[in-house]
Amino acid sequence: MAASVLHLRLLPSPPAGVKLQQRQLRSRIQRQGGLSRRFLKVVSYYGLTTPPYKLDALEPYMSKRTVELHWGKHHQDYVDGLNKQLATSPLYGYTLEDLIKEAYNNGNPLPEYNNAAQVWNHHFFWESMQPDGGGLPEGGVLQQIEKDFGSFTNFREEFIRSSLQLLGSGWVWLVLKRNERKLSVVHTRNAISPLAFGDIPIISLDLWEHAYYLDYKDDRLTYVTNFMDHLISWHTVTLRMMRAESFVNLGEPNIPVA
Amino acid sequence: MASTALLAVGPPASHPAPCAQPATPHGLAAASSSCGEEAPRTGESSLPEDVEWIKQQPLPYALMMLASFNEGREEPHPPFFHAAQVWNHDFYWRSMKPGGGGKPLERLLKFINRDFGSYEGMIRQFMDAALTQFGSGWVWLSYEGSGLPYVKSRSPIPSDNYGRLVISKTPNAINPLVWGHSEYQLHNIPPYYIIMSSFIYKSLMNLFLWQPLLAIDVWEHAYYLDYEDRRADYVSAILEKLVSWEVVESRLTKTIARAVERDEHLRRRILRKQHLAQANGQSRARPRTRQGRPTGRQGDQEVARSSPVEA
Repeated sequence: MAASVLHLRLLPSPPAGVKLQQRQLRSRIQRQGGLSRRFLKVVSYYGLTTPPYKLDALEPYMSKRTVELHWGKHHQDYVDGLNKQLATSPLYGYTLEDLIKEAYNNGNPLPEYNNAAQVWNHHFFWESMQPDGGGLPEGGVLQQIEKDFGSFTNFREEFIRSSLQLLGSGWVWLVLKRNERKLSVVHTRNAISPLAFGDIPIISLDLWEHAYYLDYKDDRLTYVTNFMDHLISWHTVTLRMMRAESFVNLGEPNIPVA
Repeated sequence: MASTALLAVGPPASHPAPCAQPATPHGLAAASSSCGEEAPRTGESSLPEDVEWIKQQPLPYALMMLASFNEGREEPHPPFFHAAQVWNHDFYWRSMKPGGGGKPLERLLKFINRDFGSYEGMIRQFMDAALTQFGSGWVWLSYEGSGLPYVKSRSPIPSDNYGRLVISKTPNAINPLVWGHSEYQLHNIPPYYIIMSSFIYKSLMNLFLWQPLLAIDVWEHAYYLDYEDRRADYVSAILEKLVSWEVVESRLTKTIARAVERDEHLRRRILRKQHLAQANGQSRARPRTRQGRPTGRQGDQEVARSSPVEA
């Protein structure tokens, strides 16, 4: 399994000078909106990223078998499915996030959307967790949560409530809403991602049954509580908030850098 | 079990509580011979508060489900999800039996061969639908009625004149029954107290466009413990070893009987109207245009003079 894992997730972008030349020589590419496969001898594929911890590192809150299946089978299948679809699709040549926005097509998703969004969502999910995670955030993140939810307990309860309200398969997110400039908890169905709405995701939780059925059967409440108390990686959240602050002006407080 | 009417699905009469979890018809252990250690679950172990309301209503699940579907508009009313899931799961348990599977019986096989080409063709379509259902949902074999309004209607498209079997997949809790029902656009009818009046009750019984015959649950909770992520193995196990073709065939027979009866019902109404009209001395249903009151239609002369090009 390790041998097949590629760490290349994004297409390498050519330097600016090359692009100018390409624009003069290859106008067909402009019309297609991306790089055309036909003119390239080297073809890129999306690869499966590895979680930043061992597969059994999240025990006992997420068993090794669950992570093995969830990452090794489901996530891998989404990547393979996406690459297979892109072999014959005009949507070749985008970065993954641009592909999601393009394939979402303003609410009328194209066939590539599900696979692309699930690849991204799962990658985001693995990175949102860490062994010995959970607990409270620190510093600027905690202040921002208290500002937008009242208190950390309110945020925690709203996150749990949102996961129980979601019926069927989907995801629960802590997003930074661009227009309202505040954090908020949303849940989305199936593969829908807040990226498609222009918001910036900060935490994600997979509520498809394959994520928790082996460990918790239908007890979604315990799964979410364990995620909040023992699995969330607040370090990653801080990094994401720092990056998000460069897109959204939150005013005070400032998330401290390092 | 074979006499289960569509609208009588619900907890058995001997049970006092209206919303008790219905037991599977064969007992939990019997159906699990192909399923491994874990017994099948309905997934209905805890209902949230806003569905407590359901427990106070004496409606059978099917009516609740039809009424709260909100005709497929953006959001169904809150009880829909749970009412529909209860109905769907009940339907699903009754479609299976220990030692089931094998080939379907004669009459059903004839329908299958006519509508899918062959039994293998149907299995292939089933697998296609099950594997391409993204997220949670159900796969259905249903009888799609012809949907023509009157007994004597004949559509120029030959395949529209008779009902056929179709395989469909639905997301989350939706099933073909509510989907077909919503096609009749019962707008602006307040859902509950009107439904209890017998006219609408009967017309609901008659307004079927898709009558489910067989349900397969492809929510992940249905197969994850026994098959992990191998949905294909799960679906083929059901179709080869668990499905009760007798129940499917009995549902088909009842559906066809109801289709015939619906036409009978309409035909008798038309005949009754004709007889009444004759008894009152009118030879035609409508008065002739030259005698009696003028109708809103053009007279013969106007028709002859008007240009065929006018709209």
